[in-house]
Amino acid sequence: MTLDISAIRRQFPILDQELIYLDSAATAQKPQIVIDALKEFYAKKNANVHRGMHGLAEQATTAYENARTSVQKFINAASPEEIIFTKSCTESINLVANSYSSRREGVRGRGSVVLSLLEHHSNIVPWMMCGAHLHWINIDEYGNTRLEQLDTYLKQENIELVAITGQSNVLGTRPPLKEIIQKAHAAGAYVLVDAAQLVAHHQVNVQELDCDFLAFSAHKLYGPTGIGVLYGKRELLEKMPPFIGGGMMIKEATQTGFTPADIPQKFEGGTPPIAQAIGLAAALEWLEQFAWKDIEEHEHALLKHAEHILKNIDGLKILPACHPEPDEGRHAQDVMVRRAHHDMERSGCLSFVLDKVHPHDLTDILGEQGICLRAGHHCAMPLHKRLNIPASTRVSFGIYNTIQEIDILADAIQHAQKILQ
Amino acid sequence: MDLYAENILDHYRHPRHKLPLPKEAPPPTGEPACRTGRDQGGGVVIHHESNPACGDELTIRFGIKDDHIHNPSWDGTGCAISQAAMSMLAEEFENISIDSAAALTPKQIFDLLGVPISPRRLKCALLGLHALKNALHIHYGEPLQVWTQTVSGAVDEI
Ligand SMILES: Cc1ncc(COP(=O)(O)O)c(C=O)c1O
Repeated sequence: MTLDISAIRRQFPILDQELIYLDSAATAQKPQIVIDALKEFYAKKNANVHRGMHGLAEQATTAYENARTSVQKFINAASPEEIIFTKSCTESINLVANSYSSRREGVRGRGSVVLSLLEHHSNIVPWMMCGAHLHWINIDEYGNTRLEQLDTYLKQENIELVAITGQSNVLGTRPPLKEIIQKAHAAGAYVLVDAAQLVAHHQVNVQELDCDFLAFSAHKLYGPTGIGVLYGKRELLEKMPPFIGGGMMIKEATQTGFTPADIPQKFEGGTPPIAQAIGLAAALEWLEQFAWKDIEEHEHALLKHAEHILKNIDGLKILPACHPEPDEGRHAQDVMVRRAHHDMERSGCLSFVLDKVHPHDLTDILGEQGICLRAGHHCAMPLHKRLNIPASTRVSFGIYNTIQEIDILADAIQHAQKILQ
Repeated sequence: MDLYAENILDHYRHPRHKLPLPKEAPPPTGEPACRTGRDQGGGVVIHHESNPACGDELTIRFGIKDDHIHNPSWDGTGCAISQAAMSMLAEEFENISIDSAAALTPKQIFDLLGVPISPRRLKCALLGLHALKNALHIHYGEPLQVWTQTVSGAVDEI
């Protein structure tokens, strides 16, 4: 069944205005049902959770815990306790990096973390801050991760963890997670998946993937801002020390110390994002009415159309647009094989550069016409450095975008080009 | 009025006082992107600033002779607004006293540009001014100023 995009668009009140929103990778728009869920909670059910015996508190607690179960089902975690609510994907990754570095009963001893050049700063800086030794997996000229480098790193003894994005927020490429996870596990390393982009475009099944941690934010998934999710395997979460100290994360506190609560409360110090959890559950329920296959087909058609029409604009280069690194010659055969397999399959977004036109100028002019695109380094400076560009312009899609919007965008880019060149 | 007015595009396409300057190495991990300049002797000040939000970069260099700005030049990459504003500013502060240079305000930059600057383009427009102010702080041996100081007051102007 194909999606009825006009009917979907009508559920997003923000799309009532003259707006071509192509910035869903930054944050997705919210359907009315999610907005209503937030409003309804504050208007009729607001109370703190896990404290108080009154009826309202009980209702709020039930709704909050039901949201946890919704997330568990959404990513097929083994149990709801493996779902931790945080403030964002960023906080989720910081939680793991922090527990990891504290090393008391952390993930394991001090060691090295393997990252890819596709990573968002959220999946880079926390590992720098925790003092891990970093090894970078480069990308080839198709934006694919060079797995032979992962193999090399994993042969070293002290790789503790591989932190990898499920889907690049710049190139739209998807590293082969299953293969990476299998390789890492075979070498005794854990894997954290940054699924911030991935979850909004493809079905994620953490048990099938067998990842150890997975992080994402609700707001890129048609849900509210202010809430993120960390999935972690039970046995790891149980071993990890708490991250934020405060109310609700303890079993007992005395004048000299405290005993942490069981998971998941152990990692949810302070009043959690209650309304946001309920909003997230509403977003997941809303999303469930569509088959992933239909969403993927629709977004694939958008991307193919965008690639086709944009690459014909004079002076426009769709990224990666980079050359192989000098030492890649040695892996020529390997590269050929990979090329055959995934000749630049993008998902969710594509980014480009335009000759003599700075992304900020371009997006400012497009913005004047109600066309919303993101310009800059998209919090992926190491990737832009690798591509040898300071900044790029990104077109990113949500379920509500249409082919016509891309056509309008292409005309508008050419118009802006005339002004600026 | 149109942001991309002809005078802005003219400065962008034909920047004044723009010369290749040595690009400094990126700062080590964890250090702020704004690097301190160095006095190369003979009263020459060189200073680099970037706008971390968008990656625009400017390096400015000038001599100081008899308390006046002498022979300014700059180099950088970025959007039309940041580059045009820098080009206009370089013309403006050539041969003025360092006191007047230190007293330059955001409003003067907006007047040079001659078009309304929206809050989202504030830092583009003021990157050159920010670099100049900090270059002068280096000259005086003062601590560098942060962005909020450079843009303070500017929001009321736009
Ligand atoms: C790949 C990726 N990881 C992490 C994040 C961080 O998400 P948040 O800012 O919601 O914590 C983003 C958001 O831009 C992202 O695209």
